[in-house]
Amino acid sequence: MITAERKPMEEIFRLIEPYGKILLVGCNECVTVCHAGGRKEVAMLASALRMGRMKLGAPLTVDELTLERQCDPEYAEELAMVVDQYDAVCSMACGCGVQTVAERYQGLPVLPMVNTEFMGSSESNGVWAERCAGCGNCVLGLTGGICPIARCSKRIFNGPCGGSTKGKCEVSPDIDCAWQLIWDRLKQLGQTELYSQIMAPKDWRTARDGGPRRIVREDMAI
Amino acid sequence: MSNFEPVVVVFACDYCAYTAADVAGRMNLSYPSGVRILRVPCTGKVEQLYIMQALQKGADGVLVAGCLVGDCHFKNGNLRAAARVKRVQSLLDDIGIGGERVAMVNVSAGQGAKFAEIATEFSQKIGEMGPNPIKQGAKAAA
Ligand code: SF4
Ligand code: SF4
Repeated sequence: MITAERKPMEEIFRLIEPYGKILLVGCNECVTVCHAGGRKEVAMLASALRMGRMKLGAPLTVDELTLERQCDPEYAEELAMVVDQYDAVCSMACGCGVQTVAERYQGLPVLPMVNTEFMGSSESNGVWAERCAGCGNCVLGLTGGICPIARCSKRIFNGPCGGSTKGKCEVSPDIDCAWQLIWDRLKQLGQTELYSQIMAPKDWRTARDGGPRRIVREDMAI
Repeated sequence: MSNFEPVVVVFACDYCAYTAADVAGRMNLSYPSGVRILRVPCTGKVEQLYIMQALQKGADGVLVAGCLVGDCHFKNGNLRAAARVKRVQSLLDDIGIGGERVAMVNVSAGQGAKFAEIATEFSQKIGEMGPNPIKQGAKAAA
């Protein structure tokens, strides 16, 4: 899923300073799962904004709404009936959600309330970790299911580097060396021959280096 | 401000703090009348939003009162509550309301005297801090 965290309150207050009536919009998907922008977080932020602005003697009207999936124009359309009543829309979805709403409601400021961070998975309750960098050409089949791009600090393809020590990355003792993990897993799978194959330099055009990417599925485009 | 009597909302766990408040009553111990007790099945049921809304609706302070550490009827509801209280405290600091207006305390069912003492002390502390600052802002805006 896509992970995110609420922006610092100071920055949020600055962003909404000119406005008196805002619509705070959450998303029921990824940001609900990572507790950044679901219905509950919308209610918390709304309450914090109301109190913070009331304290300053500049009351703010905040209405709350959480869409099923904010990065989908079909759901963003649900705002059409109400959006005119507000000075700005404040979105608690990831950057994709913010942009979908901004694209649909051109005349209205649409402001991000969270910082979108990475594609990751839950390690345990309240802990999320980066797992995939969306490179567009997955090599997990060669690396024992451990991503050398998202999980190796240097994104190297034929690791480990000289900084790997006792299974940890030189960037921080809190980071596992991805290449140690890859080696351990390949051993476990009896596939160490994969490790001896030199991986060719990656063609990064399938990643962001080729410019913004799109997927077009003609069979789905009715 | 001398006659300011703070409103303190106490989310009290049914298994301990609520019973302790009852014991305090039976012992005829008094604590400030601004202390309003709300019974919850476990402090683990206290959402962060409940604390925010109590303050938004005009409480001057909020206490979350759960069982002694290790004694939670639902194992770790009080530990969850303590972590949530911390998170709310930091949010309240960030918005200028003051995290010290909220606290987590632990009392057992039999500790009636301790409950009365905690309620009194916390209420005094909030009294010294003054009213919830949103009230002042609301007056200024009116
Ligand atoms: S807007 Fe889309 S990608 Fe972003 S959190 Fe919601 S569902 Fe996930
Ligand atoms: S190799 Fe590419 S697609 Fe596969 S997990 Fe890593 S970044 Fe994601």
